[in-house]
Amino acid sequence: MLDTNEAYTTEDGRRIGEVVMEMKNITLRFGGVVAIKDISFDIREGEIRAIIGPNGAGKSSMLNVISGFYNPQQGEVWYKGKKRPQMKPYQVARQGIARTFQNIALFEGMTVLDNVMTGRFRQMNTSLWAQAIWKGPAEREEVANREAVEKIIDFLEIQHIRKTPVGRLPYGLKKRVELARALAAEPSILLLDEPMAGMNVEEKEDMSRFILDLNDEFGSTIALIEHDMGVVMDLSDRVVVMDYGKKIGDGTPDEVRKNQAVIDAYLGVAHD
Amino acid sequence: MAQSSEAAEGLASFPALLDRNVRDYGSRPAYREKEYGIWQCWTWAEAADEIEAVALGLLDLGVNEGDFIAIAGRNRPYFYWAMVAAQSVGAIPVPVYQDSAAEEMAYVMDHCGARFAIVEDQEQVDKIIDIQDSLTEFEHMIYVDPRGLRKYDHGKLHQFSKMQEEGRAAREKYASELEARRSKLTYNSTCVMLYTSGTTGKPKGVVLSNRNIIEASKSSSEFDNLRQTEEVLAYLPMAWVGDFIFSIGQAYWCAFCVNCPESADTMQTDLREIGPTYYFAPPRVFETQLTNVMIRMEDASAFKKKLFDHFMEHARKVGPDILDGKPVGGWDKFWYGVGQRCIYGPLKDTLGFSRVRVGYTAGEAIGPEIFEFYRSLGINLKQLYGQTEASVFITLQPDGEVRNDTVGVAAPGVELRIADSGEVFYRSPGTFEEYYKNPESTASTKDPEGWVATGDAGFFDETTGHLKIIDRAKDVGKMADGALFAPKYVENKLKFYPNILEAVVFGNDREECTAFINIDMSAVGNWAERNNIGYASYQELAGHPRILDTIKGHVEEVNRSLAEDPMLAHCQVHRFLVLHKELDADDGEMTRTRKVRRNVISDKFDDLLAALYDGSEEIFTTTEVTYEDGRKGAISATLKIIDADVVKTETQKVAAE
Repeated sequence: MLDTNEAYTTEDGRRIGEVVMEMKNITLRFGGVVAIKDISFDIREGEIRAIIGPNGAGKSSMLNVISGFYNPQQGEVWYKGKKRPQMKPYQVARQGIARTFQNIALFEGMTVLDNVMTGRFRQMNTSLWAQAIWKGPAEREEVANREAVEKIIDFLEIQHIRKTPVGRLPYGLKKRVELARALAAEPSILLLDEPMAGMNVEEKEDMSRFILDLNDEFGSTIALIEHDMGVVMDLSDRVVVMDYGKKIGDGTPDEVRKNQAVIDAYLGVAHD
Repeated sequence: MAQSSEAAEGLASFPALLDRNVRDYGSRPAYREKEYGIWQCWTWAEAADEIEAVALGLLDLGVNEGDFIAIAGRNRPYFYWAMVAAQSVGAIPVPVYQDSAAEEMAYVMDHCGARFAIVEDQEQVDKIIDIQDSLTEFEHMIYVDPRGLRKYDHGKLHQFSKMQEEGRAAREKYASELEARRSKLTYNSTCVMLYTSGTTGKPKGVVLSNRNIIEASKSSSEFDNLRQTEEVLAYLPMAWVGDFIFSIGQAYWCAFCVNCPESADTMQTDLREIGPTYYFAPPRVFETQLTNVMIRMEDASAFKKKLFDHFMEHARKVGPDILDGKPVGGWDKFWYGVGQRCIYGPLKDTLGFSRVRVGYTAGEAIGPEIFEFYRSLGINLKQLYGQTEASVFITLQPDGEVRNDTVGVAAPGVELRIADSGEVFYRSPGTFEEYYKNPESTASTKDPEGWVATGDAGFFDETTGHLKIIDRAKDVGKMADGALFAPKYVENKLKFYPNILEAVVFGNDREECTAFINIDMSAVGNWAERNNIGYASYQELAGHPRILDTIKGHVEEVNRSLAEDPMLAHCQVHRFLVLHKELDADDGEMTRTRKVRRNVISDKFDDLLAALYDGSEEIFTTTEVTYEDGRKGAISATLKIIDADVVKTETQKVAAE
């Protein structure tokens, strides 16, 4: 079923659509270091796609290629059926790809609300002049954006810290605020770089629930990198496994779990 | 006052009161809820429309007269509407604690045989699905928040707003039926069934009629001169009789506005935004707020701290007298005025009490120091004494006659009597009808003449005529030498310290008193942070030697203060330990209204209790804990047992000789 390019419905009733993003033979080099070697995979609409692998496998580099932060030396990125030319990260963001960072990148001195509002940048169209005068179109636009942001705040249950400066928040909440900001952009693909790194079990459970609810309620397409195998296997529809910049497995969590190359990469093998 | 059998102006039920409110105050706000960062408002007319839609929807689902409808959720307008809608169709609302574990909920729903449940979200839906098989009569469930529920089987599961839509669509079909059912409601119809918190044994279903609730609401509203312009914040558990009386009983009688907070975590901000004029809270809430104020003052600069201490001392001296309108010297008045400007006013604003005209605390005895703190700020905080069986009100403190050691005079319409055993009895129009399916308990609590045993021991203060409650009759005991043992009194003294969240004092039939103590994580954690003490968990913090020293200091201070009171000098705490876990309702150690269950605690921690009395210096223990989702785990710890200095008193010497 997964080999066909057609939309289907999962057992639990979610609709998985057609391929929205396709990575074709991506190779990324930093000088002599080959971070990603000839990797191809795709992301379908409405699915949760995980990228896993041991430390230094090239997962974050892969995410950076998707978000336009790195431009690969070889290979093509196809997005919504079109080949994507070389782009700056902000141009990629405008296309509807939002992300969170492994080591949180929020405006520490600003409140949660203001941080999430910055995520609405793509939806703000009034000119600098109009915003300076504020009354009229800029005000209407801000009200509309605030409404959208408040819905996200409600969804992620961060009402109680709405007016708190981000710098004062604990790590787990900062991660949630970062997710809120990414969501505020109403992305067609949401990239999460280790959303659960450094969290305790309870925070991980909360975050997993938010990711599942997001996917379920809004049909968001999510690509995530994660270390915690338990979380990955529970959450994702399909998993790409990387090791030393190469793809060593791709498929449903069950398929990946049985894959000998994956087991070797994770558990290690004795050299003969 | 004799029991009135006739309702005034035909206002014999809440649907009837709703009609009156729509007629007289239709465009005034009835409900507000903060959602998406804004206070959303419903007028009485709009609320009535919503309630009608719910009622029609319930008819459409096949609710019969006399059915029980369980309601589980935090304070939101939808649930208040659901209660009145249930009454409109002749059903009986049964609010349930939304944080209760699945078994507790199963017990209540099975006991009343609920056919329907109206719940908040996925969490509650999951809980009921888990217990559904054991409930023979249960049929339909209605939820408010659809999040995460899209994939559930919707055969017998309905979304609140969709049910309302269907109700509106079927208006023509059911309108006459609804009208017929509403007109059948009388003063004798059951208004609500509330389960007691159950400090001892299984919860009991208290059946309250329209007469009970409306009479109690009416007389208490008149007592405090409540008007339609009052603002209240509804944040107490909906399953508690207090919330029912304030947010439905008095709110409908006076037609004032009920404000629902955005979430439990935003309560403090929402309180400040609303600035209620009428406020009600159990002592625990006041304790927590005081602790927060004290923590923040610890963090303030030395100058501010000094200013605060100076003015608070002045407030303690003259504040309560000024509030009661007693004569106070001009100079003192002047300085109080200055304090009002610099300290009291801003502090009240931060606490959200700027506009409070009438404030009540009840449910448990409040520590006198805590009570004085709020009164000295000029907040008209009063005590009332009540219980579910009385539709809350038994006694109330009138304005100007507030004292921290009494609970006031009999509420309007209430007769009081003290039995020879010291137990307080009352009779009132608010007295409950019966315990549901439990005639034995009904008979043993309420005699044929309508007198109800409160289970609390008390006496009338001779000078003022106010009622004084000593303790729960069951808790008051005798020590081995025959002296009076009143644990709650000592516990409240201990709990005054911000570092101490909860204390359980033992001493019944013993030579000396001992205590279990729970530290307050927020206060102690803050202190640890300021003193560079690292800790990874509650348990580690609770066992830290410096913290044990601090607590020891508190216990010894309490002992000194107890020694000054000849009646209670022998209740000084000789030995104590700091528990390795917080007492929790999920583990059955407290009721859902956060009262300690003494018997459960002394059984569960019998090894610790034994160690307190056998002279050992430390003890290793393992305790089972229940997580919020019902899973169980165990924690183990080695606890130090600490000897506190006690003050030698005359009586003790006599006893020793």
